[in-house]
Amino acid sequence: MDGSVDLGASAPAAVYDGPPDYRAVGRHGVFPDTSHDEIARLNFLAQMNRHLSTRVMPHVKTAWDRRAGPKFEKDHGRAPKDRHEVRKALLGDPAFTTWSALRRMTMEQRQQAGRWTCVRQAEAMAARTDALTRGDNRLSLDPALPIPRYISAVDHHCMPGSYHAELFSGDVSGAASYDHAIFATTGGMLGRYSDGGGQAVVKWLRDHRPDLKPKRILDLGAALGHNTLPIAQAFPDAEVVAVDVGAPMLRYGLARAKSMGVDNVSFIQADGSDLSMFADASFDCVLTIMFLHELSHGSMRAIFKESHRLLRPGGVVMHIEQPQYAAGMPLFEQAMRDWDAFYNNEPFWSALHEIDLDAALIAAGFSRENLIHGAVTAVVDKDVFPDAADDEGEDYGRKAAWHVIGAAR
Amino acid sequence: MSVALALETASAKPAGKRPYFLNPEVERVLAITMAAVQELAVARERIDTLERLLEAKGVVARDEIEHFAPTPGQSAERGLWLQEYLTRVLRIVQQEGEAIGANAAGDVYSEEVALEAEPAS
Repeated sequence: MDGSVDLGASAPAAVYDGPPDYRAVGRHGVFPDTSHDEIARLNFLAQMNRHLSTRVMPHVKTAWDRRAGPKFEKDHGRAPKDRHEVRKALLGDPAFTTWSALRRMTMEQRQQAGRWTCVRQAEAMAARTDALTRGDNRLSLDPALPIPRYISAVDHHCMPGSYHAELFSGDVSGAASYDHAIFATTGGMLGRYSDGGGQAVVKWLRDHRPDLKPKRILDLGAALGHNTLPIAQAFPDAEVVAVDVGAPMLRYGLARAKSMGVDNVSFIQADGSDLSMFADASFDCVLTIMFLHELSHGSMRAIFKESHRLLRPGGVVMHIEQPQYAAGMPLFEQAMRDWDAFYNNEPFWSALHEIDLDAALIAAGFSRENLIHGAVTAVVDKDVFPDAADDEGEDYGRKAAWHVIGAAR
Repeated sequence: MSVALALETASAKPAGKRPYFLNPEVERVLAITMAAVQELAVARERIDTLERLLEAKGVVARDEIEHFAPTPGQSAERGLWLQEYLTRVLRIVQQEGEAIGANAAGDVYSEEVALEAEPAS
């Protein structure tokens, strides 16, 4: 195949294994307009990420096994002690540095592409968002809320302005960029509305807590609520509360939810480490989805404590997160999973994945016998989107295959 | 206003120092190259759309494109375009090649010319 064959013909479509065309992504009332070239840019970036994880990363493993690893042992007369020694040794190997440079650039290109699309129409999107949210008491913003240092010091995953900055009052371009272009980073593995994580939570609750009929659900670090909505849809009688520090995310999130016909979610600007606006025992379910790794250690402990205080007896807290660095995990894999911590502005990623989360939950007040452990993959429309459960590839830290850690109250 | 803002900020630097994995000069060139590679894919997708639309409307069959054979005159025009294109793209290689001989012949920096003693007139 030279790439010029007709993918509509049966043979290439049957053998094709990769991200769908971007046009499969679901649109809603505040979704940015995307030109042909802007879509093509995201198609390229989705394939580029897939290429890096399936075609380039295996050579990094070979380079470690055959070149950098043996060199370390020869130089030190011993095997590496920990993942940090592995990572530092890899920094001297061209396979790792080339892959790393390309991976970093691909993330920068993804941010640039999404940002161009959204900033060029920022005023129109802000107006649409304002029309949908003005006067709606399901949006509660706190302009005086301090943005924590762990958010403001470095922009997470190289997203300029992170979750909180706005280019002008009412701007939602950062949220729209996150929303419409996360497809590029995951190659579509999060599904049509980038909600594969939220759908995974629903599936887990149905499978493991079939009797749980939550009346009130709290989603912490919800950003624009992309994972909150499938939960709200699965429990239409529940009141769902999405909390985040980023006002633009929340504004955009409510507008997005309303335009998708989801009306049982409130969006509240708050720091999860101080949820004093909510009464004790006022939620049946507290969730975080791919959020713990973005928190400072102190903030995580405070959030665990708050989640314990907020849960009713019988309620559950669930954290969906990339797997911990268990003792049996090879140091090479740990080092690769650490990449985002050092090179993609995820400063707490490394420490979070090595700490004893069980002990942290127990310290927050949960009892050991009530701890929950599990594993989930993103739930997507498998006819169109790649299913992480069927994917044998590994994109250390990016694959939509997560651990569940939590506790019952 | 939005487009001006996009021109100004679409490529903004995220907060946090950027790690470099390669020699910074090399990494800079690679970053520019990868952006160009991306834009080539963008152009390729657009051409693909055009071909499919033209075919769907019965204007041009893709098979005709695939089997298009230029006339000798068209071939010459294309060949000339490719030659021009390569001299443009590989400008620095040509100039570095010419520099070998020029250096041997006493090529100088502009600033050195300013410092040269004027021949007595």
